[in-house]
Amino acid sequence: MTDDHDSVYDGLLGEDDSHWAFGTSFEDPLAGVDTTIPDGADPATLATYCLMLGDDALVYSHRLSQWASNAPDLEDDIALANTALDLLGQARLLLARAAAADPSAVPAMPEGSPVPAEDSLAFFRDEPAFRNLRFVEPENGDFAVTIARLLVFSTYRLALLERLASSSDPVLSAIAAKGVKEVAYHRTYAGRWFVTLAQGTPESRRRLEAALPLVWRHHDELFATHPVEADAAAQGVGVDPAGLAGEVGAVLDQVLATAGVERPEVPSAGPVAGGRGRDGRHTEHLSRLLAEMQSVARAHPRGQW
Amino acid sequence: MTVTDPAPDAAAAELQEQFDAVIARHDRVEPRDWMPEKYRATLVRQIAQHAHSEIIGMQPEGNWITRAPSLRRKATLLAKVQDEAGHGLYLYSAAETLGASRGELTEKLISGKQKYSSIFNYPTLSYADVGTIGWLVDGAAICNQVPLCRTSYGPYGRSMIRICKEESFHQRQGYELLMTMMRGTDEQRAMVQESVDRFWWPALMMFGPPDADSPNTAQSMAWGIKRDTNDDLRQKFVDMSVPQAERLGVTLPDPDLRWNAERGAHDFGQPDWDEFMAVVKGGGPCNAERIAHRKRAHDDGAWVREAASAFAAKGA
Amino acid sequence: MPDSQPEDFAADGGHGAVPLDGVPTALGEQPPSGEWPLYEVFVRGKRGLNHVHVGSLHAADDTMAVHHARDVYTRRNEGVSIWVVRADAITASSPDEKDPMFAPAGDKVYRHPTFYDIPDDVPHM
Repeated sequence: MTDDHDSVYDGLLGEDDSHWAFGTSFEDPLAGVDTTIPDGADPATLATYCLMLGDDALVYSHRLSQWASNAPDLEDDIALANTALDLLGQARLLLARAAAADPSAVPAMPEGSPVPAEDSLAFFRDEPAFRNLRFVEPENGDFAVTIARLLVFSTYRLALLERLASSSDPVLSAIAAKGVKEVAYHRTYAGRWFVTLAQGTPESRRRLEAALPLVWRHHDELFATHPVEADAAAQGVGVDPAGLAGEVGAVLDQVLATAGVERPEVPSAGPVAGGRGRDGRHTEHLSRLLAEMQSVARAHPRGQW
Repeated sequence: MTVTDPAPDAAAAELQEQFDAVIARHDRVEPRDWMPEKYRATLVRQIAQHAHSEIIGMQPEGNWITRAPSLRRKATLLAKVQDEAGHGLYLYSAAETLGASRGELTEKLISGKQKYSSIFNYPTLSYADVGTIGWLVDGAAICNQVPLCRTSYGPYGRSMIRICKEESFHQRQGYELLMTMMRGTDEQRAMVQESVDRFWWPALMMFGPPDADSPNTAQSMAWGIKRDTNDDLRQKFVDMSVPQAERLGVTLPDPDLRWNAERGAHDFGQPDWDEFMAVVKGGGPCNAERIAHRKRAHDDGAWVREAASAFAAKGA
Repeated sequence: MPDSQPEDFAADGGHGAVPLDGVPTALGEQPPSGEWPLYEVFVRGKRGLNHVHVGSLHAADDTMAVHHARDVYTRRNEGVSIWVVRADAITASSPDEKDPMFAPAGDKVYRHPTFYDIPDDVPHM
């Protein structure tokens, strides 16, 4: 029996250290992976496409990490941190893939800077070079806003990653296959809380109904195909998001119906000088987020961390 | 003892004997066992305040999650702060075996009736503090916690085993961050030294005042709840930290610190115990902020917890 | 100083010295209303082993308890099987008939969820 008891730890903590942020495979996130560009793919297109998906994950992870020590209970504090960590892991891989595909995408660093390429992309790129959707930028708001946003985002990203798993780029394909398992869990978590809040108390329903229009303002942007996404899809490495709208809509309608909540009718947030998040035109939230996120790294461009 | 009728004297004496026998043979006391009320109360106080320390301890480091300077460090720090939530949760569960519910204990934390480690009332002022907290604060915590894995109360000891396992990761990541920064720029090295200067004395205070001023220690040790005295643990920590500091290339800010060959241990100066008392009484740099933060999160979450309860009641 | 009594502190608070005097430890107060019920969590770390008690947590219902258990105790390690059960649904034998301390609540395992057994010789770190 004592062996049984001992090995509970080994089973949970001992062998697979992938759930630790302290794993050993840190130095190069793509170590040992063949990063050759697949036939028919344009390196710059592939890199920009990876930045788009990577920036979505990075910015949204940053937002979710702000729940740490602020969640409604300890169990959800842990769950939201897990979600943020999953997305951060995806971001790191995607930014590393972008850098490997097209080194010219990486900001120039001072001579002798030890900053790895994926960190240069995260911490030394200026706001207009960020390609994330505006959907992920706003402040978290209350738990209802957070859950509504997480439901829509994870439903969208799950549909995307499921298709991306058959990308002709083996690196993107592998990143997507791993991400599918993670994001499926995020969607389940968000869906469960969404229904709970809708049907919990009058107060929780009021808050959820107030949250939905805020989140839906940027909903349509998820499916507005950017030329780079169209090219990436045509080249077989990426996914055209317009093709996801039907499936995502069906899933969301199902959750909304279970929750007994109407799909909000709100005007979509319009473009800025013809551009949206994928073009590098963002909400007012992003510059503040980046100013904070990049502050220490930029103060020490030759620093080692 | 307010919840049970006093047992008849003879029966009470027998129970006491059985309990004493368990303690004497270094066996574990389990939740359903009879235990003296003072033993139970000591445990509740200790486990609850330990849990509170983990939860409040999320804040000083959490302060830097959004500014971590690399993707790797961001993940490491977030995972560490998350671990602390988990540790708090395990410990609240252990307290629950003694009849003290998490909600009840949280109220006592927020109202200031129960305390948490005073180390977390100091601010984190640079990213080096993330490393220093890992190295010194978690290092001191490990000195405290490893003996607790063998504490006489079963559920507490078992939760401590898992916590210690994770805590050793924390200390390593902290030390590794400082090592990496020391290999970096002059500014980074200065940042590490400045951070160590600020945290060294508060870290020594973590072990509590000298044994001569700690009248309850003897009883706790006799019960096997506590296994080493404050001074013993502090000495162990200093002896452990000095070679680590040398290897790192930082100076510990204590002019009296030197090796004593006769004792086979380091001599060192005393922390400012007046400062310690002031911090415990609420006069530390961040006491009010730490409690206000916890209270805000708890209050803001009330409607969410109520919603889940209401939903579960409907579904049942 | 309003409180001039000598106070006792111990390092036992894990993360450092915490006061010992004047700290309430009352037993048996009603939990604040609306607190989620307590669940016990059992995990099979890998195939071929029994489910073993790993700890407890709070959740509003069974589904939430499974999700929380996965997040808290397994870090979503796949291939791990989880059981959760409401602590107040467990019926337990009393190893010692004489347990007056808990006699009024003797059938309420809520009062005594236990963690799993660890042999004495497990290394600390």
